[in-house]
Amino acid sequence: MPVDLYPGNRSSRIPLRMLGPEGEPLSRRYYSQKTGDDLEDDEMVRGFEYEKGKYVIVTDEELERLAPEQSRDIDLRKFVDLESIPPLYFDRSYFLAPSEGSKKAYKLLAETMAKSDLAGIATFVMRGKEYLVTIFPENGILRAETMRFKDELRAPKEVGLPDMKKVPAATVKKFENFIAKHSNNHLSLKDLKDEKAANLLRLVEKKRKQHKDIVEVEEPEERAQGKVVDLVEVLKRSLARKQKAA
Amino acid sequence: MAARAIWKGDLKMGPAKVPVKLYSAAQDQSVRFHILDKKSKIRVKQHMVDESGKEVPNEEIQKGFEVEPGTFVILDGKELEELEPEPSREIEITQFLAPKEIPPEYYDRPYYLGPDGDQSAYFALTQALHNKEKEGVAHWVMRKQRYAGALRAEEDHLVLFTLRNAEEVLSAKDLPKPAGRAPDKKELTMAKQLVGLLQGEFDPNEYKDEYRQRVMEFIEKKAKGHAPKLHLVKTKRKAASLDKVLSRSIAALRKEKKAA
Repeated sequence: MPVDLYPGNRSSRIPLRMLGPEGEPLSRRYYSQKTGDDLEDDEMVRGFEYEKGKYVIVTDEELERLAPEQSRDIDLRKFVDLESIPPLYFDRSYFLAPSEGSKKAYKLLAETMAKSDLAGIATFVMRGKEYLVTIFPENGILRAETMRFKDELRAPKEVGLPDMKKVPAATVKKFENFIAKHSNNHLSLKDLKDEKAANLLRLVEKKRKQHKDIVEVEEPEERAQGKVVDLVEVLKRSLARKQKAA
Repeated sequence: MAARAIWKGDLKMGPAKVPVKLYSAAQDQSVRFHILDKKSKIRVKQHMVDESGKEVPNEEIQKGFEVEPGTFVILDGKELEELEPEPSREIEITQFLAPKEIPPEYYDRPYYLGPDGDQSAYFALTQALHNKEKEGVAHWVMRKQRYAGALRAEEDHLVLFTLRNAEEVLSAKDLPKPAGRAPDKKELTMAKQLVGLLQGEFDPNEYKDEYRQRVMEFIEKKAKGHAPKLHLVKTKRKAASLDKVLSRSIAALRKEKKAA
């Protein structure tokens, strides 16, 4: 089933710009340690350090050829109980949108999974990388959580954690009582507020009202032209789009 | 080899304190590349330049928030420092929830907790979380950052997850429902059969990052001086009707099960 993938997470960090002494916006550039000159994209290559200071150069083309078959198909391997997957495996969240021609299969899968209360384990290829994902429906839309492979998680033994010891039943009971007393039915999103971002914005607003430390610079043309693509908007359009063929 | 703890703190539950050490549970295994200068094959460095391309040294760089295009409010180091949370060693557990109450998309990074001294309180808490089938909601400050997290018992040990904040998670409720007609009864029955045939237990041993393996093998060969020729794989997909795909998949799976 071919699908398109859209990020379901976004950063809530407030982006601060680096400015020069006069308030002029700065940009980050790569430069050569040998000549000190700034480097353009085509003057740089990607290298893997196989011995200290020795690199194997790997080109984009080579990586592309090593990539698993370029396809947007999700290959569903298994259906499991979502809660049986330890959250240790979950990495990033994405939404799947049906691509042209797969609307029917998409809706069918979402409805079947919702009814059976199961999540699908699938592999997926994106930008030359192989992903293991858990797919589950949310409000008729399929969410895909990318997962860590097993070797991307340490085992408690590797970390050096001690083995379970016998503990006095009274100590366990004490913790059980505390847990029972402080149990809630729902997670409050208030617990997950980003205070830091809010505080920063408050400070910015305060200084702005006081006309303190404000600099204005002329918009360089290329910056004004570079539009940021709002992926959420693209996703919304893609979901709402009516099917053209079949 | 035992890992090094990245931080130490106390799990605080009311009057009880459980001293713990934090260890990263995730280890990124992606093939790591460096950016090199094409000519000298030496690693490149980064610096900040102004619009004329002149380098601006670190001590002259200021930070600003763009309130509207081209207008910045400058924030100095002291102001930014004042926004940082008070340092603390306490991981405060304020409430407990049934594990399914925190959706997967909120879990961010996992850390193993190990006992720092008192092992009996550590393992007692692990057992209590198992027995009650609960996970704790945690709040703490680590390395100048405030975190919300989930404390879980995973088998014999405690794992503390950082949780994404509410602004970072996009909800399906804010998205339009997919357009198109609803599946009919026949399709639903077949899909249910297919899902039933593929139902099983999650087993992480079944999946390997084959792409990463291929890249590493290629790099090893290239390092020895004989890079194999690579051919671009092209695939053609045939469009087939949905019920054909479903019935074919079901038939194939039934055959496999019989053979097994």
